[in-house]
Amino acid sequence: MRIIEAVPGHEVLELNYPLVGDFLVRFIREELGWRGFKTAVVALSGGVDSAVTLALSVQALGPKNVYAVYMPHAISRPESREHAELVAGMYGVPFETVDITGMVESYAAQVPDITSRRKGNAMARARTIVGFDKAEQYGGLHLGTGNKTERLFGYYTWHDVADTGPINPLGDLYKTQVWGLAEYLKLPQEVVKKPPTADLEIGQTDEGDLGIAYRKADVILEHYLKGYPDDYIVKLGYTEAEVERVKRLVNRTHWKRTIPTVAVISTTAIGEFYLRPLDFRLEEKPKLPTLRES
Amino acid sequence: MIRHAVLQLKPEKGQISRNLERIGEALNELRGYRPQVAVLPEAFLMGYFLQGGVRELAMTREELAERLEVLYQGLSWGEPLDLIVGFYELDSGVYYNSAAYLELGGRGLLHVHRKVFLPTYGVFDEERYISRGSRIQAFDTRFGRVALLICEDFWHSVTGTIAALDGAEIIYVPSASPARGFAGAEPANVTRWKSLCQAVAAEHGVYVVLSSLVGLEAGKGLAGGSVVAGPEGNLLAQAPAFEEAALIAEIDLERLAPVRYDNPLLPDLEGGLPLLMNDLQRVMSQPGKTGKALRIAHAKKAERV
Repeated sequence: MRIIEAVPGHEVLELNYPLVGDFLVRFIREELGWRGFKTAVVALSGGVDSAVTLALSVQALGPKNVYAVYMPHAISRPESREHAELVAGMYGVPFETVDITGMVESYAAQVPDITSRRKGNAMARARTIVGFDKAEQYGGLHLGTGNKTERLFGYYTWHDVADTGPINPLGDLYKTQVWGLAEYLKLPQEVVKKPPTADLEIGQTDEGDLGIAYRKADVILEHYLKGYPDDYIVKLGYTEAEVERVKRLVNRTHWKRTIPTVAVISTTAIGEFYLRPLDFRLEEKPKLPTLRES
Repeated sequence: MIRHAVLQLKPEKGQISRNLERIGEALNELRGYRPQVAVLPEAFLMGYFLQGGVRELAMTREELAERLEVLYQGLSWGEPLDLIVGFYELDSGVYYNSAAYLELGGRGLLHVHRKVFLPTYGVFDEERYISRGSRIQAFDTRFGRVALLICEDFWHSVTGTIAALDGAEIIYVPSASPARGFAGAEPANVTRWKSLCQAVAAEHGVYVVLSSLVGLEAGKGLAGGSVVAGPEGNLLAQAPAFEEAALIAEIDLERLAPVRYDNPLLPDLEGGLPLLMNDLQRVMSQPGKTGKALRIAHAKKAERV
């Protein structure tokens, strides 16, 4: 007899992936469209988040309108390039490599005491420079690729290329759900199944850095965000230490999920008193004659 | 038979002239169907999420009527056209989320309903920016007696009850419902809307016409899924989620009498509701009762734990 045991609480993460995929395709098309763009740049890392973002972008815009950029540093794992090339080839998009070693090492040479962590941050932000420039070159925008789990944990370099994309299709999907979407999209198993890594330091893995497995963390996160008390979550089969770890990561990084904090002085402070949705715009009046014309 | 066109369209945020043009384009495309009533979604003229931008875009009902009459004249429609549309309304310095019913090429503006139930939770923040309406009234059109409700108004069954008791044979519901709940075959709120429309239609023996906004507004996907439900609770037409679409449906008010004869819930309500008015007044004279009751239930549960 085959015994199938339900994992307590996992059902909160279940999604209809075809429905989600269709919605995200529409999201990419429409959110780029009203901003005046039809072209996207996706910074491929070789990992699953950027691969899913590329797949959705191609569905939304067509392969000729999506540019894949791989930005290795000398310490990047060889398989990162292989996987980035594999995914770009699968979708038939233009693929280019911009090696950031020179950018990063040029800076590092000026600060001899740089640590591997600081150098990792410099790599992540060097990629931001390239992402914005490639977007300008191709007349598009680069897309954010950060998922909900890493956003909630603050597990990314602030203003890195994944964080700075003006639109981000995956930002409300937990890592577990990104894996689910990747399976639905039939992305290569070697990309989907490998241990996630920021690939900024030798031997680094996400779950090693975070101290908890994504599949556990995501169930805890969803219950915590919905307001379930700790003892309820523990009863689902998680340890107090796991719940505490998740809560601590979330609550020390709220500042990373906002734009820079401004000292409020007036009753027209932007985002505090003066509130407009980001897509707000007024009708343009007919152009007034310039001084020279009048 | 009254030929209806439910226009499930996507507005451009803040572009009122363009959105009026879009209504004209859609009507021209549907000219061959000769619709007599066109139903547009909540806030279609401006877009739904405006925050403080309501102040810059809201218009008076007179301005709305004037601009729609100009649109109608440009269409050379050849006969009157009834039109329902959602807009942010300005009246003496106060702002409302409103829907208007106009008989274009005829008597003009017939009725404006101001949304009573303003969602201010989750992704919504309406009551921060606009004021509540306070009336639900049916009114007479050239086709019959109808009522307007806007979005969350319709999620409270008492509003449909008042409209039906006031003689409404058709309840029009312009709405804007951001998609949430992606685990099922369609967004969970689309399913909920469908079942609500069918339930209210069947309870009161009325037609329900839901016109639901589509389009992305800063990441929030207005879900669509517009519905026409008949007096037996049947789904007569449903639009897809997320896409622009037009539902063409004929509404036959002659069906109401036989349906209500078989299932006389509305006359039952008229007979029974007066008996319950004392209890309704009693529970409503205890402000905060439901919130308080909920808190007590939680406290008792915590004690047991």
